[in-house]
Amino acid sequence: MFKKLLIAVVIFGCLGLAGFGVLAWEPAIAPIVAPPAGSFAPELVAKGEALAGGGYCAACHTAKGGQTFAGGYEMATPFGVIYSTNITPDPETGIGSWSEAAFRRAMHEGVSRDGSHLLPVFSFDHFTKLSDEDVQALYAYFMTRTPVHAPARPNGIPFPFNIRYLQAGWKLLFFRPGRFEPDLTKTAEWNRGAYLALGLSHCGACHTPRNLLGAEKGSDAYGGAVIDNWVAPPLTAANPAPAPWTQDELYDYLRTGASVLHGTAAGPMSPVIEGLSALPDSDVRAIATYFADVDKAAERLPSVSATVSHAMSLASARAGEHFDPDDDSDERLYTAACASCHYNAVSAPLAARPDLALNSAVHLSDPSNLIQVIVRGIGAAEGMPDVVMPAFGRALSDADIARIAAYLRRTRTNLPPWPDLVMKVVTNRQQNSATN
Amino acid sequence: MTSFSINGRAVTVDAEDDTPLLWVIRDIIGLTGTKFGCGIGMCGACTVHVGGRPTRSCITPLASVAGAKVTTIEGLDPDGRHPVQKAWADLQVPQCGYCQSGQIMQAASLINDFPSPSDQDIDAVMAGNLCRCMTYVRIRNAIKQAAAQSKKVATHE
Repeated sequence: MFKKLLIAVVIFGCLGLAGFGVLAWEPAIAPIVAPPAGSFAPELVAKGEALAGGGYCAACHTAKGGQTFAGGYEMATPFGVIYSTNITPDPETGIGSWSEAAFRRAMHEGVSRDGSHLLPVFSFDHFTKLSDEDVQALYAYFMTRTPVHAPARPNGIPFPFNIRYLQAGWKLLFFRPGRFEPDLTKTAEWNRGAYLALGLSHCGACHTPRNLLGAEKGSDAYGGAVIDNWVAPPLTAANPAPAPWTQDELYDYLRTGASVLHGTAAGPMSPVIEGLSALPDSDVRAIATYFADVDKAAERLPSVSATVSHAMSLASARAGEHFDPDDDSDERLYTAACASCHYNAVSAPLAARPDLALNSAVHLSDPSNLIQVIVRGIGAAEGMPDVVMPAFGRALSDADIARIAAYLRRTRTNLPPWPDLVMKVVTNRQQNSATN
Repeated sequence: MTSFSINGRAVTVDAEDDTPLLWVIRDIIGLTGTKFGCGIGMCGACTVHVGGRPTRSCITPLASVAGAKVTTIEGLDPDGRHPVQKAWADLQVPQCGYCQSGQIMQAASLINDFPSPSDQDIDAVMAGNLCRCMTYVRIRNAIKQAAAQSKKVATHE
């Protein structure tokens, strides 16, 4: 009896494995000789260039100081270090031997030309929503770049995550291939924004928390997550910034890198702003429309002016003639280090003087973004165009940076203090020196 | 190699990315009107404009100004006749003068942001610019005079 049962288990097990093998198996697509660059229509290439910007392909497919799209960018994931690949049309080390069908399969199904499964660090779960026409334009753009010979760097992911076959299991659990389907109850602009946000611009890749196996939690879409020691804030009504992210605020932020009522893009959001600059105003406006709906800004609109004046009153009560250095030494430090820029007269903040009483980073439950910006500063190419924030990392001690953060949290918000701030600053510095 | 513009002139500098902008301005480009004070962004003597905004150059890494427009005290006005500079001379603001280029750069953007600055505005924005000679009262008066002068010019135009 027992023997029979064992045989049955073994048979079913083998059948299951074989079934999985069949499911996981993807054929190689025959290599091609790359078509000459001149064979692609210039309009198609130009369209692909804009799309490649809107998908920030260069941000991940370019190593620090390396050639654009030649790969080698290091991504520290919970599963180990992964290096991005070369997507220039080099036949040996890039995608020069990839037909359009192979490229489309990679984008839509996450399968490499040789039939191996791609790792989900490549956001095929988003790119699957791209239309065939957009994929065709992207293909035309990449195949007309200058080929760079740059072999892929071996990934540092341990067994069993390095078995590509098993990716089929991940896909079975978490991946739903298919093009974008418009919501007919919404406007065309909303649908355009949703198409870009869900597909090309893959916003959820950073802003949606992931489960233990690294898949986005659909039930908590845009709920906010930690990425590269920065917080990708919630893009829902749970966003803690005092002023709502309205369509206009989102548009200003995404188009120019800064919004008056929220602050400046920095860190991993900088390449996003840079990439989006390739898209026309109408596309950025569409993304703003979509997210203003996701975060329910309309419901909070009536209270905007009250919220802003309340925040500004918190800020101004602490500035100028009320300044008593004997009363609060944290305030003295803030005034000396920060107020020359981060001070506004009572009524409304000036665009060029980001007010920290309204700033997103001061209101997040995690102080990482505020610490990052104080330590590293913001370059002219990031955030607000041409404007720089100095890097206070070399100037201030860990304790002083923690004091400024604690002071802002205490005086500019009604939120609970951040715990273990000094340790947070120390850790942040260590992480930064490890990655720079 | 980092390229940016300084006082309207394009420059390309071969220095480490984390070199303080102040060192580049003084030691490599040779414009010594901008002063080294504390080196930790706490005294304001090194203030220059980056993209028109006052910036402590001693803690601004060179890499972060790539492509930006930097203006130093030498470039604030072609003839040294910016309203703040005129008010500075009229009211004989400086004593030793070491902090004044930073004070003037900070004050120039202050009157731009706040065309009629209150004492509170001046105290808050200028608190990060120290003057060891304690000329603060004259600094405040000069800022008000420069602001009034700038507004007059603006209405005439």
